[in-house]
Amino acid sequence: MTTLTMAKALNEGLRKALDDDPKVIIMGEDVGKLGGVFRITDGLQKDFGEARVFDTPLAESGIIGTAVGLAIRGYRPVCEIQFDGFVFPGFDQIVNQVAKMHNRSAGKIRMPITIRIPFGGGIGAVEHHSESPEAYFAHTAGLKVVSCSNPSDAYWMIQQSIRSDDPVVFFEPKRRYWAKGELNDEPYPLHKARVVRPGREATVAAYGPMVATALEAADADGHDLEVIDLRSISPLDTATVIESVERTGRLVVVHEASVSHGVGAELAARVQERAFYSLEAPVLRVGGFDTPYPASRLEEEWLPTVDRILDAVDRTLEY
Amino acid sequence: MHAVPPEPDMVQLLTPEGVRVEHPDYPLEITDEQIQSLYRDLVLVRRVDTEAIALQRQGELGLWASLLGQEGAQVGAGRALRAHDMAFPTYREHGVAWCRDVDPLVLLGLFRGTNLGGWDPADNNFNLYTIVIGAQTLHAAGYAMGVVRDGAVGTGDPNRDTAVLAFFGDGASSQGDVNESFVWSAAENLPVVYFCQNNQWAISAPVSTQSRVPIYHRADGFGFPGVRIDGNDVLASLAVTGKALDQARAGLGPTLIEAFTYRMNPHTTSDDPTRYRLAAETETWKLKDPIARVRAYLTRHADVGQDFFDAIDRESEQLAEHVRAGCRALPDPDPLSAFDHVHVELTDELREQRDAFAAYLDSFEEVPA
Repeated sequence: MTTLTMAKALNEGLRKALDDDPKVIIMGEDVGKLGGVFRITDGLQKDFGEARVFDTPLAESGIIGTAVGLAIRGYRPVCEIQFDGFVFPGFDQIVNQVAKMHNRSAGKIRMPITIRIPFGGGIGAVEHHSESPEAYFAHTAGLKVVSCSNPSDAYWMIQQSIRSDDPVVFFEPKRRYWAKGELNDEPYPLHKARVVRPGREATVAAYGPMVATALEAADADGHDLEVIDLRSISPLDTATVIESVERTGRLVVVHEASVSHGVGAELAARVQERAFYSLEAPVLRVGGFDTPYPASRLEEEWLPTVDRILDAVDRTLEY
Repeated sequence: MHAVPPEPDMVQLLTPEGVRVEHPDYPLEITDEQIQSLYRDLVLVRRVDTEAIALQRQGELGLWASLLGQEGAQVGAGRALRAHDMAFPTYREHGVAWCRDVDPLVLLGLFRGTNLGGWDPADNNFNLYTIVIGAQTLHAAGYAMGVVRDGAVGTGDPNRDTAVLAFFGDGASSQGDVNESFVWSAAENLPVVYFCQNNQWAISAPVSTQSRVPIYHRADGFGFPGVRIDGNDVLASLAVTGKALDQARAGLGPTLIEAFTYRMNPHTTSDDPTRYRLAAETETWKLKDPIARVRAYLTRHADVGQDFFDAIDRESEQLAEHVRAGCRALPDPDPLSAFDHVHVELTDELREQRDAFAAYLDSFEEVPA
């Protein structure tokens, strides 16, 4: 068993992808010599050369748009968006081109593009550096959206995403980059959720940075909670959640993103559609408030915490 | 509002009166037979356009974006391409499609609403039409990055060296994507030729809304050459695009060509230009028609007889019939086909939606006639 930080696991996963397929290329701002602002691509340009790992001009629409052209030419681009809040200049190219080109061409063109986005808060950053924009992408047909929560998934999921012939928006929980974990020997299916802690009283579903927080809540005194790491936001593995809710009767969904119109709302809707009679209480959501991400001195209050998760668990159990 | 001043140095090789003129930077060796062939392209492309407008009026197409007046720019650029070069069109490049041997019927699905394009860009090295203004210029730059990585630039092997031709219009010159594409191509010395058809109008906005300088001057700021051509002169378009593509293939980097032309028809069949421009302006441009000048040249200076023109007229009639009949025969899509090709492999959740929709459709009872 190898123990790595998530940052290093991603780095190793990217290295493996570059090794496995000569068409894989890594592009983005500062990904070359610097190795990215989070050092995820550290050393890759040195080992794979400037044709395959390269710095782009500072323009996100250009990064995504040129990746589309590279994909048409037969390449398999991995784009790094430096921070979550910087993806929006590239939003048009992602939503109108990356997501739809395969469909527009009636399946003739494939867009095997991976868009890596460090996301979420908790690192004391300035504005636009702590956001959780995953719902925008999950709402777009043609995209797949995933998020890793631990080093082993980071290592395997980045390789699976790059190998995918569909475009994948890959959300990396930046505040967990330095958490260590063991690598599993085998990958788990990319779009399948995983029960990471079995329990009987209530189900807590989370993804990305909130999985660790949910596990901490489950470890706290009190309740026997089942924790599910959703892993894939689109497609969303509803079956695994339903199977759990059929046993526990209660569901709390946790994410950093603002709750309204979010991933939690979608999961709540699906569960009440398909497991209405298994529910003992309404599905509750714990997430960011419907405000802009606050100044960093406020973020610990604003973000979901162990206590806010347990408060929701109490409410669902008391219902 | 400032009008863009006329450019004295616009490259022109065939005057509106049909007189061949020389330009020191763009010598063009071309036979009269080759000019006859260009004439055929121009006439047939215009015929496709005319038929498509008629089909829209008859309710057979939902929309059509006419290229009337821009045939010379497009045929010249299209014929300058080699088979293995790649073209990235907007949604108005019907003339370029023709030069790439794309059957006009293939283009009609998008405008009839039977598909979203649906052709394979690799079949004719002609990318899908792009409706979001300017987005395709970045795809062109990215494709060119792939060409460079494939070692298909500057080898000296004419069967290997590859250029990319990116089309856009005067309106698109304001888009961030177009400017970002310029940045990329300049910084990476990419084999891209930018072909801007300045047809003077972005729907209702005159070019002065987009630019205070002639569009080809923009290239200076990015560090590559820009040139303005008479966009109604197929020979100028052929010569200038040909030279720019040669330079791109040789590894000498990008060029911006501004084809100064005019959109004779409304923006699309849904547009009403009487609200924003004077008929007198359009009348002026009629005198610069891209086809009339070639016909004048062939008649007066190349001794081409009536038989040639009659033969093209017959071919044009056949093409029109092909377009009319083929358009009406385009099949309506199956309702469930909306679920095809969303992803390479249908996801479980989308399969569920599709199956539920299929069951819903099946739940209707057949009403006896």
